[in-house]
Amino acid sequence: MKTMRTLRRLLAVVALVPTFAFAAGEHVHLDQAPINKTDIASLQRGAKLFVNYCLTCHSAKFMRYNRLMDIGISEQQIKDNLMFTADKVGEHMTVAMDAKDAKQWFGAAPPDLSVIARARGADWLYTYLRTFYRDDSRPTGWNNVVFPNVGMPHVLWELQGQQELEPAKAEEGEHGGEHAAAHEGPTLKLAEPGKLEPKEYDAAVADLVNYLVFQAEPARAKRVQIGILTLLFLGVLLVFAYALKKEYWKDVH
Amino acid sequence: MAQMSAPDGKKRRFLVAATSVVGAVGAAFVATPFLVSMSPSQRAKAAGAPVEVDISKLEPGMLITVEWRGRPVWVLRRTKEMLESLTKDTDKIADPDSEQPLQPDYARNPTRSIKPEVMVMVGICSHLGCSPSEKLKIGPDSGLGDDWPGGFLCPCHGSKFDLAGRVFKGMPAPVNLTVPPYMYLTDSRLLIGEDKKGA
Amino acid sequence: MSKTAALLQWIDDRFPLTSTWKAHLSEYYAPKNFNFWYYFGSLALMVLVIQILSGIFLTMHYKPDANQAFGSVEYIMRDVPWGWLVRYIHSTGASMFFVVVYLHMFRGLIYGSFRKPRELTWIFGMLIYLCMMAEAFFGYLLPWGQMSYWGAQVIVNLFGAIPFVGPDIAIWIRGDYVVSDATLNRFFAFHVIAIPLVLLGLVAAHIVALHEVGSNNPDGIEIKKKKDPKTGIPLDGIPFHPYYTVKDIVGVVVFLMVFTVIVFFIPNMGGYFLEDNNFFPADPMKTPPHIAPVWYFTPYYAMLRAVPAMFSSQFPGVIVMGAAVLIFFALPWLDRGRVKSIRYRGPKFKVAIAAFVVSFFILGWLGVNPTDFLGKVGSSDLELATLLARVFTIIYFLFFLLMPWYTSSDREKPEPERVTG
Repeated sequence: MKTMRTLRRLLAVVALVPTFAFAAGEHVHLDQAPINKTDIASLQRGAKLFVNYCLTCHSAKFMRYNRLMDIGISEQQIKDNLMFTADKVGEHMTVAMDAKDAKQWFGAAPPDLSVIARARGADWLYTYLRTFYRDDSRPTGWNNVVFPNVGMPHVLWELQGQQELEPAKAEEGEHGGEHAAAHEGPTLKLAEPGKLEPKEYDAAVADLVNYLVFQAEPARAKRVQIGILTLLFLGVLLVFAYALKKEYWKDVH
Repeated sequence: MAQMSAPDGKKRRFLVAATSVVGAVGAAFVATPFLVSMSPSQRAKAAGAPVEVDISKLEPGMLITVEWRGRPVWVLRRTKEMLESLTKDTDKIADPDSEQPLQPDYARNPTRSIKPEVMVMVGICSHLGCSPSEKLKIGPDSGLGDDWPGGFLCPCHGSKFDLAGRVFKGMPAPVNLTVPPYMYLTDSRLLIGEDKKGA
Repeated sequence: MSKTAALLQWIDDRFPLTSTWKAHLSEYYAPKNFNFWYYFGSLALMVLVIQILSGIFLTMHYKPDANQAFGSVEYIMRDVPWGWLVRYIHSTGASMFFVVVYLHMFRGLIYGSFRKPRELTWIFGMLIYLCMMAEAFFGYLLPWGQMSYWGAQVIVNLFGAIPFVGPDIAIWIRGDYVVSDATLNRFFAFHVIAIPLVLLGLVAAHIVALHEVGSNNPDGIEIKKKKDPKTGIPLDGIPFHPYYTVKDIVGVVVFLMVFTVIVFFIPNMGGYFLEDNNFFPADPMKTPPHIAPVWYFTPYYAMLRAVPAMFSSQFPGVIVMGAAVLIFFALPWLDRGRVKSIRYRGPKFKVAIAAFVVSFFILGWLGVNPTDFLGKVGSSDLELATLLARVFTIIYFLFFLLMPWYTSSDREKPEPERVTG
């Protein structure tokens, strides 16, 4: 019994470990991405956005088209509506654009997006895709709050409209010094509305991010399922193993 | 040694057995994914996807080789003469009526094909997996004797096959060459590796 | 004689099967008072087996090639049937190996398991720990992500800090002027065959040495001193098999449940077991904004960063880091206490060990964070995190260096004659 108590304490410690913040990178506030990884409709909408807007420049070279069947899209639908860069559903989501050309146009080759959600995190992506603003000093005319001087233009601008940067509030900046300004952060104002209402746009970006999270680890859903079964099985084994131990240890005084 | 009291043998045996059985089931469950991980991956499956072949430019008497699942698949357009040779001297052939299930049902006929003139087969010897060479010429020109009806000769152990991929009697190779599943998309376009929609 | 007995006899005439079974299991008498802390030895052995098995299967699909390595890991994660499971088992196993070994070492520390006559067991154990560090370091390059790349870059450059010959040694280790394909290929060789072979040999030596002298126990007394006059069996000893085998099975199942939770639900462990930045492919042109080693190295990493460069060389930092690991080897000769177990130690030892554990944790915590994450000390230029790292590095070393003094002058309690519950 003492053992079990110690064990429980240990488990509690292990469970707490991930809650210590992993401080890294820039100190920009990230909005929490409102995604539901089991929402098939959202994943499908996200896949459509991805294929239409991202896949023109970015590849997802580890992702096979037929993996989209995992989120309930049929092989025929993939062939008819989503497959622009390959002729077989088993092929990878490559991109036609040449990496060297791309580097010349954007200053950097657009990164592959297969595992981008694991590298950047859903929140980063969700915030990033919503914080583009007009900046005439940049070659593309666009800049971004989370990714300053980004090479990518705002591909979704038709949907979102055009945002402009409002400098951090002057009084606070003067009184609190640099620190306060950094905490408040600059704010964005929608100067010219796009096809979607801001709320609709946020929802669309959430769908896209949801899809990117799926794409980064297509086996996730299966993983969670199998995990539950494994735990149940181990629970049964534990009952027998514990009874066996108790039985033998009756001998020891 | 610590003092011992008389153990309850029956209960012990039961618990040992029960724990062992559950443990063994668990071990089997753990072993399965590891062993399955050695089977063909999505990459291999994508590479093994059906292949389309355009046969509009395939002249009679010509053979083209296409790759399907990493193996050579021959598409041969047989001449009339070639087709006639298939029915001659069938007593020299080990399995003239294709009784071994090495072809889809629709190719289980005297020509081992859907359309008599177009022969599709996997160019891998049924002996030990070498790829036979084409000896399409008939008679002495082939270098295989005057009565050679045209066919294939495996360079590894000398097995001979006729123009429908049927093995001759007394060869190291035991059975005929395999006919893969295939279908006609149009008159001049073949799909090798798949014979019906969605299969 | 039955047929099985005859077969057994036939084997025993040619191979010491029965005698080995008896010597190490059925007639190896272990103290009957093992507690929770005594699970971690057998668990470490099990994790070693898990790592070897999952590693073998990963090797079947992984490509040690700078152009293909990152992609082959994603290939395993997506295209290989169950590949994701094999990979997560291996990545989780790597961290869990250190978890159980750290707990196992801590057990040795508090119950004095390193003391006479178990010095060699302790030394073999420390060598295993060194091998594990090498194994983990070599293995971490293989996914060829940004953290893999820059981690290897930094660690190899530590060797570059050795005076005079350092730069040449660093080039020799890499086989190139930067971490490259050549480096990846040789690290792969070390990770999959060289180090595992040594590791297995050391594990065998560790167990043989232990079974030669017998296990310690939470009371830190020798059970072999009180034997049954008739049988010669220690009065407080019980056969390892079946008693500890059935007990360890329970420990194994509980451990596997924890393992399962991580593998299936939180394989990244919040960035501690699999780091986010390692999902960017290695890019020799761009260092990530903050690089930190995996958690099990961070205490030493914090020490490395804490030591300022002296005589325009970063070598002192490297020395301190190396010494922090190697000083464990001296433990059996630093401890002058008359008792082994913490149960009978005096207050000085208890304070010392508490300070040591706290330092280890704080150094580990500092090591995962950038040095500026706590800001500066007052208006000075010194970073608070660096200052803390220095203070706790000193405490870490004082635990060892002052040990002869505080253990010999401590107010200890008398040990019992026989083991207690």
